[in-house]
Amino acid sequence: MRLIVPLQGVVQGRGGLLMGSLIPCTLFYFLQLYLKRHRSPKPPSAPLSPYPSPSPNLSELPRSASRSNLSSRGSISPARISNRASSIARPNSSLYYVGLDRSLEDPYDRLDNPEGIIQLGLSENTLCLDLIDEWMSENLNSSLSEGDGDEFGLARLATYQPFDGLMELKVAMAGFMSQIVGDRVSFDPSQMVITSGATPAVEMLCFCLADQGNAFLVPTPYYPGFDRDMIWRTGVELIPVHCRSTDNFTPSITALDQAFNQAKKRGIRVRGILICNPSNPVGNILLRETLYSLLDFAREKNIHIISDEIYAGSIHGNEEFVSMAEILGEEDTDKERVHIVYGLSKDLSVSGFRVGCIYSFNENILAASKRLARFCSVSSLTQRLLVSLLSDSRFITRYLETNRRRIREVYDMFVGGLRQLGVKWAEGSAGFYCWVDMSGLIRSYSEKGELELFDKLLNVAKINMTPGSACHCIEPGWFRCCFATLTPEDIPIVMERIRRIADR
Amino acid sequence: MGMLSKKVTCNSHGQDSSYFLGWQEYEKNPYHVSLNPSGIIQMGLAENQLSFDLLESWIAENPDAAGFKRDGQSIFRELALFQDYHGLPAFKEALADFMSEIRGNRVSFDPKNLVLTAGATSANEALMFCLAEAGDAILIPTPYYPGFDRDLKWRTGAEIVPIPCTSSNGFKITASALEEAYTTAHRQNLRVKAVLVTNPSNPLGTTMSEDELNLLVTFVISKGIHLVSDEIYSGTVFSSPSFKSIVEVLSDRPDCRPSVSDVWDRVHIVYSLSKDLGVPGFRVGAIYSSNRTVVEAATKMSSFGLVSSQTQYFLSAMLSDKKFTGRYIAENRLRLRRRHESLVAGLREAGIGCLDSNAGLFCWVDMRHLLNKYTFEAEIELWKKIVYKVGLNISPGSSCHCTEPGWFRVCYANMTEETLGLSIRRIKEFVTASASAATAPTYCSGSGYERRSHRQHSKGSSGKNKFLNKWVFRLSPLHRHEADDR
Repeated sequence: MRLIVPLQGVVQGRGGLLMGSLIPCTLFYFLQLYLKRHRSPKPPSAPLSPYPSPSPNLSELPRSASRSNLSSRGSISPARISNRASSIARPNSSLYYVGLDRSLEDPYDRLDNPEGIIQLGLSENTLCLDLIDEWMSENLNSSLSEGDGDEFGLARLATYQPFDGLMELKVAMAGFMSQIVGDRVSFDPSQMVITSGATPAVEMLCFCLADQGNAFLVPTPYYPGFDRDMIWRTGVELIPVHCRSTDNFTPSITALDQAFNQAKKRGIRVRGILICNPSNPVGNILLRETLYSLLDFAREKNIHIISDEIYAGSIHGNEEFVSMAEILGEEDTDKERVHIVYGLSKDLSVSGFRVGCIYSFNENILAASKRLARFCSVSSLTQRLLVSLLSDSRFITRYLETNRRRIREVYDMFVGGLRQLGVKWAEGSAGFYCWVDMSGLIRSYSEKGELELFDKLLNVAKINMTPGSACHCIEPGWFRCCFATLTPEDIPIVMERIRRIADR
Repeated sequence: MGMLSKKVTCNSHGQDSSYFLGWQEYEKNPYHVSLNPSGIIQMGLAENQLSFDLLESWIAENPDAAGFKRDGQSIFRELALFQDYHGLPAFKEALADFMSEIRGNRVSFDPKNLVLTAGATSANEALMFCLAEAGDAILIPTPYYPGFDRDLKWRTGAEIVPIPCTSSNGFKITASALEEAYTTAHRQNLRVKAVLVTNPSNPLGTTMSEDELNLLVTFVISKGIHLVSDEIYSGTVFSSPSFKSIVEVLSDRPDCRPSVSDVWDRVHIVYSLSKDLGVPGFRVGAIYSSNRTVVEAATKMSSFGLVSSQTQYFLSAMLSDKKFTGRYIAENRLRLRRRHESLVAGLREAGIGCLDSNAGLFCWVDMRHLLNKYTFEAEIELWKKIVYKVGLNISPGSSCHCTEPGWFRVCYANMTEETLGLSIRRIKEFVTASASAATAPTYCSGSGYERRSHRQHSKGSSGKNKFLNKWVFRLSPLHRHEADDR
């Protein structure tokens, strides 16, 4: 813009209004073209990092770059791999991944590497693995051999199984999900499709609900993985709908409506809303009224709702979690719009086992998902194990209670430490993380300031926490700190390191 | 609601409805030796159930593997949180070694070039996502596994153009067929991105000859396209000629050396333990490629279909036991050969021939002489007779896109020897009856067959429930194998 004004001034003397506007516009156009040509990166090269101050760990260039330039014997240039593959293969520049990669290079260990990077960027829970470990050692043999000495049990599992999961596992998962919501909902196993984790479940729903070029509205801040999982192969777009700290980052219907209309103006068709409840990264639980308003909005716009409820069993606060399934009445025709994603990676801490599910009331979605499940089936060995584990309702009850209690204890210690530092955090009652307001520690209240703080935290204080910009948060300075892998001894160390850079 | 995506509402995952019928009929009336002896015998499922006892005895001797223990110590915590899409290093090494062992250790595989996926179905789709998009075509020799129509095309948007093969030369790929397919694709305004072959072939059960493999390599070099070799049946080769993998051929050719050609960047292998180790339920597949970009992209995409860490650990223990793997590979091959011989001999006695085959879990059976007309309609008529009247669910060649009617894929490794014997007896009876029926024009009406199948059906259903209830842990009664399970 600064270029146009002086030119207008120059031209104004002679040519008048026409010249005064035509010439600068033309020059401006050519300037843009020039800048665009000199800015666009050529694949497969190192991605342009928009954040010069943190030192991101750029992976090596794919070595095939030189190979594919070798001229082949034939005169035809060799068939390239797909554009999709080229862009997926590039190192991910999101700070969420940058931080994780960096921490892997120099991981903290109390004895072996006390100056290493403390990991607060991975939403995992190690607090109750001992309980499951104990259960395994007491129950494993019998579960795998069917309990009655049938040696053929294991081999029978090895044959082809239904791709959408064993009915026994669906029954056990439905029971587990019902138990988590205090039996206020009775989940129906026949409305479930088991997938290898929640990741393929979300992607599958995108394939079923949207065509290439369509969009989903996603309230921010949101889990950075969605930018990858929902987009990579589906060709859909995610439209962030910004939420504010003033209403504790609860999605507002006004904002959703605005985003919907803006998309419409751009010619983009919105197919649904994706909510995460309990929310990641904030950790708050949506109120019943909010869920009703979301459903009304979806009905009005004739779109779907995907409700990712994978933290439903990890509530440490006093609020009660309400599933989307709970607010749908028996006769509700809107049931067909609602699709729930669930998984055992968080609530049961078995992310390595890859067990997730789609729960839907829509027969067409269920039919399509059952077919798509062939691309993401769960190993029958693991399914059998989990049937036994989840069916032990006494153990599960004890586990869920103990889990909540232990998360609460660490959460209280963590926020206690923050309080002493004078750092605020958002009210949260679920998940393994705390949504912390570090804006007091950043020099300029901007995304740039936040990135500088991220860099300082990662490379000076040696703590990895996920910056809000990676989660598309509109307010700078927020960071997600995961605490459920910390021991009581680790917390004071974390606080001390934060204090160290705060004082500088 | 009318609000679903085009991918879901269109039928590009389409299953031939008449083919699906066979599976439905089987589900309604499955054979059981004592409870439903006149039920339909499943011969359309390419599953290897011959060597479970070997797996079971290994498990009994190695309880730690399934018990999350290593050297007596619990490693549950380590496995519970392990979701690295690069895979468990010990498992990838063991898998790479296993793949080498199957190829007589004539080639070695680098674990870094392996990408683990939830089954070969997922591997094939992920590889397609890497190589092709809407507007691209993959050339595949016919007949081919019906599942490719869904696995390779559905979500990727790619197209399949068949390379027609005929019985005149044992369904081998010829240079002219390759060129014909390439031209056909261009006429349809499609960019050819790759040739995909299954070696050993499904449904033929034959290994590709060295000539065919060399022909393919020459073709992909000259066209500058990719080559995908689906080698999931490589461990089922039970007689000569021995299996030659595409990587062996590439290694032997001077024009494929990395210094003169980049063809190594364009050759990719798909593997799985579903056929060779008989563990399709464990969902273990892999892509092997020396193209770093493909490996990088496919590795990230494997997030959508990772192999359970528990299963990776279990299998790494099993496959690292070289004494076991050597014994298993040899014994499995022997059993498959015996089974194959039984079926071929039995069919011969019934006057039915098969394509000469040395691998796989099935025979490619020639029933052209039993067709009343040399058409695909007649093939389906014959197939329905075999399903309803004879009580065998076999796969008609038309579902595999065979260019000639009258061929059927018949699986033999998913049943006991007695059941195989029974199926052979039933075929013999049918052939004898058909021969005499040829002189009686009224016999060939459709209604006769349907009435008979209803009787079978009512006898079968209560027996089926009792049979299923007996199992402490049973397969779900609602489970349907989708028509094109491999």
